Amino acid sequence: MIEVLIFATLNGLVTGLLLFMLASGLTLIFSMMGVLNFAHASFYMLGAYFAYSISLYLGFWPALIVAPVLVGLLGALIERYGLRRVHKSGHVAELIFTFGLAFLIEEAVQFFWGRATKDYRSPDLLDFPLFTLFGQNFPAYKAFMIFISIAIFIGLYFVLTRTRIGIIIQAAITHPHTVANLGHNVPLIFMAVFGVGTGLAGLAGVIAGPVLTTFPGMAMVLGSIVFVIVVIGGLGSLAGALVASLLIGLLQSYAIASDVGMPDLLAWLGISFERDHPLNDIWRLTLPQVAPILPYLLLVLVLIFRPSGLFGKRES
Amino acid sequence: MLKYVSWALFAVALIVLPQIFTSILSVSILNQMCIAIVFALSYNMLLGQGGMLSFGHAVYFGLGGFMAVHALLAIENEQMMFSVTLIPLVGGLFGLCAALFIGSFSTHKAGTVFAMISLGVGELIAASSLILVSFFGGEAGVSGDRTYGPPFLGFDFAQNIEVYYLAAAWLFLATVCMYLFTQTPAGRMANAVRDNPERAEFIGYSARRVRFISFIFSGFFAGIAGGLFALNYEILTEQNLNAVTSGNVLLMAYIGGLGFFIGPIVGAIVLTLINSVLSNYTDLWLLYLGLMFVLTVMFLPRGLTGFLMMHRTPWHLGKLHLLAKPYAVTAVPGSIFVFSMVCIVEMSHSNEPTFNVFGFALDPSSFLSWGALIIIACLAFIALRRTLPSLRDAWDTANAIDTKPGVRP
Repeated sequence: MIEVLIFATLNGLVTGLLLFMLASGLTLIFSMMGVLNFAHASFYMLGAYFAYSISLYLGFWPALIVAPVLVGLLGALIERYGLRRVHKSGHVAELIFTFGLAFLIEEAVQFFWGRATKDYRSPDLLDFPLFTLFGQNFPAYKAFMIFISIAIFIGLYFVLTRTRIGIIIQAAITHPHTVANLGHNVPLIFMAVFGVGTGLAGLAGVIAGPVLTTFPGMAMVLGSIVFVIVVIGGLGSLAGALVASLLIGLLQSYAIASDVGMPDLLAWLGISFERDHPLNDIWRLTLPQVAPILPYLLLVLVLIFRPSGLFGKRES
Repeated sequence: MLKYVSWALFAVALIVLPQIFTSILSVSILNQMCIAIVFALSYNMLLGQGGMLSFGHAVYFGLGGFMAVHALLAIENEQMMFSVTLIPLVGGLFGLCAALFIGSFSTHKAGTVFAMISLGVGELIAASSLILVSFFGGEAGVSGDRTYGPPFLGFDFAQNIEVYYLAAAWLFLATVCMYLFTQTPAGRMANAVRDNPERAEFIGYSARRVRFISFIFSGFFAGIAGGLFALNYEILTEQNLNAVTSGNVLLMAYIGGLGFFIGPIVGAIVLTLINSVLSNYTDLWLLYLGLMFVLTVMFLPRGLTGFLMMHRTPWHLGKLHLLAKPYAVTAVPGSIFVFSMVCIVEMSHSNEPTFNVFGFALDPSSFLSWGALIIIACLAFIALRRTLPSLRDAWDTANAIDTKPGVRP
């Protein structure tokens, strides 16, 4: 029991922190431009594919640096020449634009890399079990993922709160016109934030690619979960994004690791049903089965009862 | 008067089209179009007329369709006895029920909150459709048979063409109803709430209630589309209510043009044609579709219909002919550019030793073919850029109101 708990916690932590790397960029972009970037997970996928291609020639470690930079540059270009043009037509058009972009990137990835799963592997250097607990190995690569994610979080926090550029960014979020009047180039700041946000997503893709497999559907798998996190945490709140990422990561991990379900509940309550009951499917549900839908359930509940999210500001 | 003429033309087109395009393939494409048009129009009730961006509209389509298949099964098992012509209504009513429930909490707010709830509900239902096997049939889906019901006027709907006329009748009915809805106070208020919910509340309407009414009707018509789908294909799977279908209907409505009643119809027709015709020629049609969507959002924010409607002013001014020449001048390098780009893309993807275009055999392994195509594309692009200023000038002249000679504006 205790071993399951420990490993579920560790795995949940890995997933949660990975999700946070995506969610942090997404929420930063949202608070700045007021647009939810539907294509955010597509940049994550691009990161994984870029890193795969680079690692074929240069190895994993250069790819860890180069691929996120490339993704960030691509993101900045898309902001400059695509999103800024659509901005005139309003938020709905922007949302639809990023939706189309997600569609397009998925097709483009299939065009350039094909439909098959890519054999993108973690580096040999980290290919050893870090520690063994109750006869189960914990791979060093997962520890590396945790390390990178935490380093990114601390770095982001430091830059946003302790440096001059971070203060300008924070000011530009709330008072763009004032910041512009003070002589800062606000559109450039927006472009940079979009680039950094997508670059972070790319970095998440680089380190997640070997573990979660690199295939054209990987953006779809994670994309809507990241949305869920950003909305549950409260749009535009970094702390909320962190809490919600860990919450979702741990929730899913525990649900998958557990082996209880409705039959146990019914047995505990002493209720039994005949076999051919129409609602049989519901009474036979187990927790691992419903694990994929838990985030969405949480999302709908949060939106109904607290539309601004856990840490969101009250809507004006 | 014009209104009645266009409705009559619509009806005539629906009746005559399968007599012109008689092949099995074209009838099945026409069937798809009927379904897509009803679905896209129901989506536009939300987004175009009500300002509610939904990422989970396939839920009502799919739920209606699943219920319709179960109704077909009930007819087959002789638990119920009614004509299959009423199957779309079953789907519609079930879509309405689903929308009543989901709309009761999702229409509090429009905008991002609504979009996110619709996404969450969509994912929730799509994911649970794989779990609740007795209703959704799991991975395999649920299938029925439409020929068991009592014959309607001697038709048993075994032939595709019979299904087409049934679908066309439902399409016409649904389109008329949806058009009439836009004329009712509820439809008008939906526009008002879309544009300015605060003002609508000040004159005494509950924005939420107005949204809710649009929402449930939209669910109803989406369910009808789902019922038509069930009749046509006799099978429904998880794919019919997942995010891909929801995205597809958004694409249709947006490419067609959200601001016009006819927009989603145009979008549904164009996209169904692209789906079924383009996919025969190339594996990469989804890539082209994605490009087309992104370019539409960027350059034609009002969609294809919006682009056509832009020409109303020049037409009324009697200056439409001024645009013909500039359009032709731009179209030549434009089409060459698009064509050469398509050749480059297709050639890079082709596995065969030669790649034939209009009798020219291009060799994907030779630099000559590549170089020639790239040079042609570049030249065409430069020429295209050159023609744009004169096109813009011609557009401005065509839209300018003439003043009397000697009078300066």
